[in-house]
Amino acid sequence: MKPAQFEYHYALNVERACELLASLEDAKVLAGGQSLMPLLNFRLARPAHLVDINPMGHHVARIYERDGGVAVQALARQAEVEDSELVARVCPLLSAAVRLVAHRVIRNRGTVCGSLAHADPASELPAVLLALGGHVIARSARGDRQIEAGDFFRGVFETALAPDELLLEAWFPAFSGKFAVLEESRRHGDFALAGVVRADDRLALFGVAPTPVLADPEDPARGLEPSGDLEATPEFRLHLVGVLARKAMSA
Amino acid sequence: MKVNKVFDEVTCEHRRLLSDYLRHDRGLTGTHVGCEHGVCGCCTVLFDGKPVRSCLILAWQGVGHEITTIEGIAPPGGPLHPVQQAFHECHALQCGFCTPGFVMAVIGLLKQYPNPTDEQIEEGIAGNLCRCTGYASIRRAVRRAAELSAK
Repeated sequence: MKPAQFEYHYALNVERACELLASLEDAKVLAGGQSLMPLLNFRLARPAHLVDINPMGHHVARIYERDGGVAVQALARQAEVEDSELVARVCPLLSAAVRLVAHRVIRNRGTVCGSLAHADPASELPAVLLALGGHVIARSARGDRQIEAGDFFRGVFETALAPDELLLEAWFPAFSGKFAVLEESRRHGDFALAGVVRADDRLALFGVAPTPVLADPEDPARGLEPSGDLEATPEFRLHLVGVLARKAMSA
Repeated sequence: MKVNKVFDEVTCEHRRLLSDYLRHDRGLTGTHVGCEHGVCGCCTVLFDGKPVRSCLILAWQGVGHEITTIEGIAPPGGPLHPVQQAFHECHALQCGFCTPGFVMAVIGLLKQYPNPTDEQIEEGIAGNLCRCTGYASIRRAVRRAAELSAK
């Protein structure tokens, strides 16, 4: 299980990354690689080009306060967000959620923006962005575009990013209300069978639909049609949604 | 790329994984390859001092960085690294396949929490699989390694 052939490009700055993304057909951005590399190793993804943004280093790895919230740039590793005092103060919900992402060794490399751009339906951070009503900034040679969480997630592994756009930054509003991030998985660090993110009276669900979805805390499973697999039947996932939502709302 | 403080040019194919580069191009077969998708933890190495999965990084991404493998944590023929010593004392290995990965992950864990709680130990080793299921001894070894490191 090794990656198929691709052409490797490395971008020393954002301009170069955007130039590459604009000119190449079938290119993927490589940031932390903790979701993309397994897909390449299994040849589930065979992009013609990889644009490695890691050489940009600290220029796009900042975690900073902006517009009454916290912005996390493209190369800020999940472990850095986990350890950030700023995040803990401004948006403790994000600190709590990022601890549930895989394992520390993975978080040493994986990025918050990468999780959002990858848009795995079972991942925590997209649901956090949605529950809090955050946004992302997409950069391309054409300019910057702000995309609200509600418009960003389009389907399984599908976002509103255009092929020439780089997810430069994610913004999470400050939040000091009641919150809970709960999930059920087979083992610690595994993909969630179902999960919920509560921010006061807003409730987002993950792992039970093609994208994270906002739900009515009174009737969280309404309208859901989760898929079933070896690990959980659709009925079990609906059951989990009810239990997790109830726990989260009374947290 | 610097591996265990030794510099060498990277000339392999771009699609070569760091894990394969270490084993095949550098002959450092102490880094084991299990699942090749980041689940088993066998291939864990230190990347600029932090544990990462070498099967989820391309060899070329190591250029300009310092990699430490299991071969590089203690001098050859010299005393064992405190984590190795603890694994030895507590019998925290059986077949040994997962051991290099555990040792590298535990080095990272003890850097983060020099005196870890039981919960931090559990979380710290949760990303590594031992199919001999020697987890009880491994947990003991982490506690012992913390003691040895403190000395």
